[in-house]
Amino acid sequence: MESIIGIEIYPIISLVLFFSFFVGLLIWVARTKKEYINHLENLPLED
Amino acid sequence: MSGEIQKFYYDNKIVKMFAYATGIWGIVGMLVGLLVAFQIYFPALNFNLEYTTFGRTRPLHTNAVIFAFVGNGIFTGVYYSLQRLLKTRMWSDKLSMINFWGWQLIIVSAAITLLAGFTTGKEYAELEWPIDIAIAGIWVVFGWNMFATILTRRERHLYVAIWFFIATFVTVAVLHIVNSFELPVSFMKSYSWYAGVQDALVQWWYGHNAVAFFLTTPYLGLMYYFLPKAAQRPVYSYKLSIIHFWALIFLYIWAGPHHLLYTSLPEWAQTLGVVFSVMLIAPSWGGMINGLLTLRGAWDKVRDSAVLKFFVVAVTAYGMATFEGPMLSLKSVNAISHYTDWTVGHVHIGALGWNGFLTFGMMYWLIPRMFNTKLYSEKLANVHFWIGTIGILVYAVPLYFAGFTQYLMWQEFTPDGFLAYPNFLETVTQIIPMYVTRSIGGTLYLIGALVMFYNIVKTIKAGDFIANEAAEAPALEKAFIPKLGEYWHRPIERKPIQLLIFALIVILIGGAVEMVPTFLIKSNVPTIEAVKPYTPLELQGRDIYIKEGCYNCHSQMIRPFRHEVERYGDYSKSGEFVYDHPFQWGSKRTGPDLAREGSKKLRKSHSWHFNHMENPQSMSPGSIMPNYPWLLKKDIDIESTPAKIRAMQTLGVPYEDGYDAKAIDELKAQAIEIETKLKEEGIKHADANKEIIALIAYLQRLGTDVEK
Ligand code: HEC
Repeated sequence: MESIIGIEIYPIISLVLFFSFFVGLLIWVARTKKEYINHLENLPLED
Repeated sequence: MSGEIQKFYYDNKIVKMFAYATGIWGIVGMLVGLLVAFQIYFPALNFNLEYTTFGRTRPLHTNAVIFAFVGNGIFTGVYYSLQRLLKTRMWSDKLSMINFWGWQLIIVSAAITLLAGFTTGKEYAELEWPIDIAIAGIWVVFGWNMFATILTRRERHLYVAIWFFIATFVTVAVLHIVNSFELPVSFMKSYSWYAGVQDALVQWWYGHNAVAFFLTTPYLGLMYYFLPKAAQRPVYSYKLSIIHFWALIFLYIWAGPHHLLYTSLPEWAQTLGVVFSVMLIAPSWGGMINGLLTLRGAWDKVRDSAVLKFFVVAVTAYGMATFEGPMLSLKSVNAISHYTDWTVGHVHIGALGWNGFLTFGMMYWLIPRMFNTKLYSEKLANVHFWIGTIGILVYAVPLYFAGFTQYLMWQEFTPDGFLAYPNFLETVTQIIPMYVTRSIGGTLYLIGALVMFYNIVKTIKAGDFIANEAAEAPALEKAFIPKLGEYWHRPIERKPIQLLIFALIVILIGGAVEMVPTFLIKSNVPTIEAVKPYTPLELQGRDIYIKEGCYNCHSQMIRPFRHEVERYGDYSKSGEFVYDHPFQWGSKRTGPDLAREGSKKLRKSHSWHFNHMENPQSMSPGSIMPNYPWLLKKDIDIESTPAKIRAMQTLGVPYEDGYDAKAIDELKAQAIEIETKLKEEGIKHADANKEIIALIAYLQRLGTDVEK
């Protein structure tokens, strides 16, 4: 194969995808409720 | 939403078994490491025996430490924490046992076969195809047991440690399968499916991510569990741990090409490797900070607890190694570090500091608890801590020094434009004192581990093992109604299968973007007309080169630097390796590069090689290369030739049709030619049937095609 047709678009798509993923992640993390985080972070300490 | 309270028992027996295996294999792995460290400057310790030469003991050491010591350490920690985090017993005791015994069997067969010379010749993936299949099988058993446990849990939410375990499971499975694509030639002999540059890319995508997903992510999971436990306080920031997780697995998978800077790997792939490696510093340090700050305001506890001390140094070593890693990925720094002992120093900060100390801390914490007693001696644990810490420093610092020194000598020119140290060996003898010091560091570290062994045995003797630990928790209600306005990430984090698929997608993209173009697009590996397949004798010689693990000391990849071109000849082109299944670029130059060993510039007589292989010091006084006397005694495995030719044909090497039938005759003819030449040169006992003849044929071929 000499080249892949339209290859230029792939890096852009991946960049957009991952950028949105991380932005989404940050938003979710920032807005998560305290009590919920509290529950999770104490899981190792139960028992 | 709580259901009826249920009683159940945690399975401690399986944890205990894995913990014992971790301890025993740890000591074995370290002992072999020490042997290897001594062999480097005291070649007599190769014992003139094929089974105990460096080319075989070094892979044994790396495999033992990674897969036996750390591998069992992972299982110990996972089997302990998973049950407790999910408030349930492991789903199947039977699968747990299969996981345990299967893994130990793999380790034993790995040890035997590596020393016997069965190897694929790919670093950290040396095990031959039947063992590869067994590893895949046992890994699936582990994953199956883990997932079934997760699905029958009593705690709805999956703590972040479990995400790390899940990512570890899927990614290691993918890495192992893709990198182990090989064509069996016979029982215990195979050729890598990929050749040259492509093989190198896959191998280091694997190699780097073995560091990431075998030595790092599962241990981060353990850190997120055991550090809070030992400190009796939650992790500093749970939110940070979520970001840590996703950023880490996303970035890591791209970093492999930083092992191939300045090689024939296409430039764009190298650049991707560099960029992602540099970004990795962010999540890595996020993780380190999260670990260390968990102890904020509790540093008085650290003073009194050996466990916490081990954890603090482990996490600090993680921070050091993950700072150094991105630095080593910068091309200008890599030009210095690559092929030198700097890399060896770097990985040992990770292995001894991060993996070793985290494991030790975990052991000191776990064993007394499972045996319902106190640690036999806190004082001895502290002694271990200090000997170990000093051991790490005495190990690593000299190697940094050695790396720098040797690089400076390699690249120095005299005012007249000649290499200042044209004899490679000079640059080796210069750093022998550093090798000696390093082995002292390793000895200290091992002594520390033995102190622990004693301490743990005493603890076990005094204690009373709780094989089944009683616990109770409410049953999980089947129908869970998500609260209104719940954010999108929550269902993912609650649902293990989705988490697995998500993690899988994230890691597949990185691998695919780097590999697909390198495999499919011609311009990435320009062909060179003059490069032809190996003759049957050379092919056999190459297999001997692989079998003896010469790649553990010799590279076959000349980088485009003035000093390398001056020393070894023109820099390597990707088209030169298209028939190399597997590639043999190597990663460390304890001896000189051999990519053009047969070229006009470097060529030596057959008899030179003959004498040199039998006893390197006879040709290169002061050499630290092992003797290979058995190559003069053992016959070439001539009968295997047709099958090997056919396998190569299947892999796309253009031998003419029906060549397999002629191969043996051609092999013999070329061998006789070499024998005759050797006799002319005064080696009366030269014998065309012996392995040395094939090896000479191979060495003399290296780098000659492009001269035609
Ligand atoms: C412990 C590391 C080590 C191992 C393993 C090793 N070598 Fe070497 N080798 C060296 C060192 C150091 C030198 C340089 C000194 C010398 O010439 O002996 C060297 C030199 C050589 C040379 C001469 C290169 C030159 O142009 O001067 C050849 C050829 C060679 N080795 C082949 C092999 C082969 C083939 C194997 C495997 C069967 C092997 N070596 C295994 C360390 C090693």
